[in-house]
Amino acid sequence: MLDLFQRLGRKTLGRFAALGRSAHMLFSALAHVPNFKKGTPLLVRQLYMVGSQSLLIIMVSGLFIGMVLALQGYTVLVGYGAEDSLGPLVALSLLRELGPVVTALLFAGRAGSALTAEIGLMKATEQLSSLEMMAIDPLKRIIAPRFWAGFISMPLLALIFSAVAIIGAHLVGVDWLGVDTGSFWSIMQSQVSFQQDILNGLIKSFVFAIVVTWIALYKGYDCVPTSEGISKATTETVVHSSLAVLGFDFILTAVMFTS
Amino acid sequence: MNSRKLEILVGFFVALGILAFAMLALKVANSGISGSGETYTLNAKFENIGSLKARAPVKVGGVVIGRVESIYVHPQEFLPVVNMTIDAQYLCRFSDTSSISILTSGILGEQYLGIHPVIAPTSAEQRCLGETVTENKQDEAIDDLFGVESKALGDKDTITDTKSAIVLEELIGQFLFNQGSE
Repeated sequence: MLDLFQRLGRKTLGRFAALGRSAHMLFSALAHVPNFKKGTPLLVRQLYMVGSQSLLIIMVSGLFIGMVLALQGYTVLVGYGAEDSLGPLVALSLLRELGPVVTALLFAGRAGSALTAEIGLMKATEQLSSLEMMAIDPLKRIIAPRFWAGFISMPLLALIFSAVAIIGAHLVGVDWLGVDTGSFWSIMQSQVSFQQDILNGLIKSFVFAIVVTWIALYKGYDCVPTSEGISKATTETVVHSSLAVLGFDFILTAVMFTS
Repeated sequence: MNSRKLEILVGFFVALGILAFAMLALKVANSGISGSGETYTLNAKFENIGSLKARAPVKVGGVVIGRVESIYVHPQEFLPVVNMTIDAQYLCRFSDTSSISILTSGILGEQYLGIHPVIAPTSAEQRCLGETVTENKQDEAIDDLFGVESKALGDKDTITDTKSAIVLEELIGQFLFNQGSE
């Protein structure tokens, strides 16, 4: 019986210790005066790894999700003679939910896992320790540029995702199924508000960017430096950040879109 | 990979992101009344607002000129008061005899506010804007006819002539009552 309590206690303490370590990692990586001259090349390199390389998967999945949304929305709406409302249906569901969330999930799978594996392997091969030996703070040199790269890329990727998906919806809805192009755009414009929908969606993707990148970096930085540990950390990154994104999405939606 | 190629690809990515933002902001969202344009507020007290909601459009002859900002119950009279923001170019253009009603777009559509405008006389508009009033025989004649000085609707004014929303249950109730009395 006491053993059970001990196990529970150890688990809880372990969780809190991990939370503290991750907060400490992020804080010490970010809380210093930025050195733009040295930092920019590092950041550009990470923007390429995290952002540019995710572009293709984001655009292709955006296109298909937009097309599927238009197809399914049309089948339901045409029954009410309301197929003109396809535009706002697609735009609102993309800008408010699907854009930020699906981008974050894809980002966790595409870029988050890569970050974890890279940092985990750096730790396993003691590159991080050697950096410290050379009096270079690995938090500033390795963690900080990767965090900022994720923070900048994800909102951009989410915007690209939504834009491409709306184009995909236009492709299916207007060019294939024959919704009027004028009413597709004009009803969309009358229903979508810049502050309420686009800015809130952007805020969402900033939050998801912090969550996903933070989890990915911490899992890599804190992994057991063996091949098994790295594989476990990579899996945990994808699972934990996907769950965190969905959980935060519910909270943010509840705060933003219920009056 | 050399750094020039890398930077070009990052630049391409960022430019694409900005392009997407511009497309969403300009082509998808409504850049107009709900934006940051100059507005002024009007109030109107109704008997019943039906299912009117905040952000519903305010129209004159079908053209959107403003949006419902908030709806609250008057603390003393227990009547719903609708607070709306109207495009500033219509400031002091409506006379206070204008009426406002709650209308429905289509059969299942959203409810919106329709203003039936009465154009304010030039003198009233000038008084409302705080400009010096130019003498105008025609306006004076109208004022004499009605026996009151006409007034234009300025910021935070209230439209008094209101028509409430049609509530189906009340309509049916009235119909049944009339049937019974015949």
